[in-house]
Amino acid sequence: MKKKKSMRSVFLNGIFGENPIFRMLLGMCPTLAVSTAVFQGIGMGLATTFVLVFSNLVIALLRNIIPDKVRIPAFIVVIATFVTIVDLMLKAFIPSLSQSLGIFIPLIVVNCIIFARAEAFASKNSVLLSVTDGLGMGLGFTVSITLLSACRELLGNGTLLGAQVMPETFQPMAIALRPPGGFIMLGILLLIINASSKAIVKRREAKAKEAEL
Amino acid sequence: MQKKLIVSAAPYLHNHAATTQRIMLSVVIALLPTAAAAVWFFGGNALMLIVVAVVSAVAAEYIWQKLTHKPVTVSDMSAVVTGLLLAFNLPANAPWWLAAVGSFLAIILIKQLFGGLGQNFMNPALAARAILMLSWTGLMAANVLPHAGQWAAPVALDAVSVATPLTHGATGFTLWQLFYGDVPGMIGETCKITLLLGGVFLLVFRVIDWRIPVSFIATVAVAYFIKTGTLYSMESGAQNVLYQLLSGGLIIGAVFMATDYVTSPITGIGKLIMGVGCGVLLFVIREFSSYPEGCSFAILFMNVLTPLIDRFTGSKPFGFEKQENPAKEAKA
Repeated sequence: MKKKKSMRSVFLNGIFGENPIFRMLLGMCPTLAVSTAVFQGIGMGLATTFVLVFSNLVIALLRNIIPDKVRIPAFIVVIATFVTIVDLMLKAFIPSLSQSLGIFIPLIVVNCIIFARAEAFASKNSVLLSVTDGLGMGLGFTVSITLLSACRELLGNGTLLGAQVMPETFQPMAIALRPPGGFIMLGILLLIINASSKAIVKRREAKAKEAEL
Repeated sequence: MQKKLIVSAAPYLHNHAATTQRIMLSVVIALLPTAAAAVWFFGGNALMLIVVAVVSAVAAEYIWQKLTHKPVTVSDMSAVVTGLLLAFNLPANAPWWLAAVGSFLAIILIKQLFGGLGQNFMNPALAARAILMLSWTGLMAANVLPHAGQWAAPVALDAVSVATPLTHGATGFTLWQLFYGDVPGMIGETCKITLLLGGVFLLVFRVIDWRIPVSFIATVAVAYFIKTGTLYSMESGAQNVLYQLLSGGLIIGAVFMATDYVTSPITGIGKLIMGVGCGVLLFVIREFSSYPEGCSFAILFMNVLTPLIDRFTGSKPFGFEKQENPAKEAKA
C-alpha cells in the first residue's frame, strides 16, 4: 500500500520540492523564450496553470477508462483541447498578451511539465489530488517564470511590469533580454536556489543532531 | 617494497620553474609595453580603465574565493592577466563601471563558476568582452581618435566619432599609422609594435607556442590574398593583405588570446587547427557579417571546439594498434 498523500504536501511539492523550472528543469523552451518581461511571464504562467489544472482533472477522471497503450495520444487530445480554449480566450480578451506570447501559447500543448504531470501524477491519482497537483505545479511554474522574467526585465530594461524602477542613469544590460542572457540568468538563479536550499538542509540536519543530543 | 613499484601516469618530468605564477607574470610583462602604448595614445582615461579592470578582476577573484571558502589563488596573477586583457578590449571613452562589470563577469561568471583557473571553457576576458559588446553596443564602439602624447587631454565622451579602420569603406589610414597604433580602436589593440614585441618575448621564453599565432595570421593573410590579390598598394584602400593584417584585434587576439593554455588545444596539430579555424572564421565574420571585426567571436568559437580538437588529435599510445573493424573483416 502506497503512503497516502495529503493535499497540502501535494500542493507544496509543486512549488518547492519538485518546482518544475528550478528543480525538474522542465518546460525550458517557454521559460527561456517568454521571460523577457514580467507581464509575459505572469501571462505564460497563468495560461499554463489553467491548462495543467484542467488537463489533470480530465485525465484523472478518465484514468481508468483510457487504455494503457493509447494513453499518450489521449493525453495530447485532452491537453490540446484546453490549450485551444486558452488560446482563443486570450485572443478575445487580452489580445496584447496573446500577440506578445505568439507561438508559445499553442506550444503549451507540447510543454513537458503538463505532459509529465499527466503521465506521472494524474493518471495514477484521485481527481481531487490531481487538481491540487496541477494547481501547485502551475503556481510553482508561474512563480519561477515571474522571478526569472523580473530579473531579466530589471537588468535588461530597468523596469518592472513596464514601470521604471532603476534610476535614470542606469544603462540597461541588453544581453539580459537576449537568448544567451536568458540562459545565464537561469543558471545564476539555479545556483542561488541550489546553494540556499543546501544551506537550509544543512542547518536542519545540524538542528536535528542537536535535538538528539 | 611494494610501494616503490607503483607506476604512475605520464608526465614523468616536471619543470618546477614553470609555475602558473611565473607564466602569468611573464604574460603581464609582455603586456606592459602595450599598456604604456594605450596610455600614450589614449591618455588618462585608458590608464584609469586598465587600473579599474585589473583591480576589480583581482578583487572579484578574492571575494569569490573567500565567499565560497576556496583557497585564495590571487597570487597566481591569472586575474591580473584577465583584467589587463579586458581593459585592452575597451574603447578609450568607456566609463569606469564598464571595466569593473566586465572584470566581474570574466572572473566570476566565466572563470570561477566553471571551477576556476584551468576549468573555464572560454577565454574569460574575451567572453566578458562579448557580453559587454552585446549589452552596451553603443558604449563599446571603438571610434575615439587617438591623441598621441597628450597625457592630460580629456577624452571627450561621445564628441569625436570616426570610422575605425575596418568600418566598411574606410580607407584613410596609412600602413605606418596602423603599425604604430595611431588609429581609432580598442585601447590595447592599436599599437602593433608593442604587441609583436610582447609576442616575441613570450615566444623566446617559450611561454606560448608559435603554432597558433602563426597559423592564425597566415590563414588570414592567405584568405585576403585570395580575395584581393594584392599584398599592399595605396590605391586599394583596405582591400589588401597588409592593411587587413594590421587592422582590428587580429594581432592581440592571435598572440595573447588564442594562445590561452586553458582554452586552446594541447597537441601540435590541434594548435594548427585552432589557428587556421580562427583565421577562417575571422575572415568570414569580417567579410560576410554585419560586424566590422570578428576576432573575439572567432576565438571564442574555437575555444568551444577545443575539447573536440583535443579529442581527435590526441597522440596514439606507444604500441597501441587500432582495432580492425569486425564488419570489414567479415566481408573479406
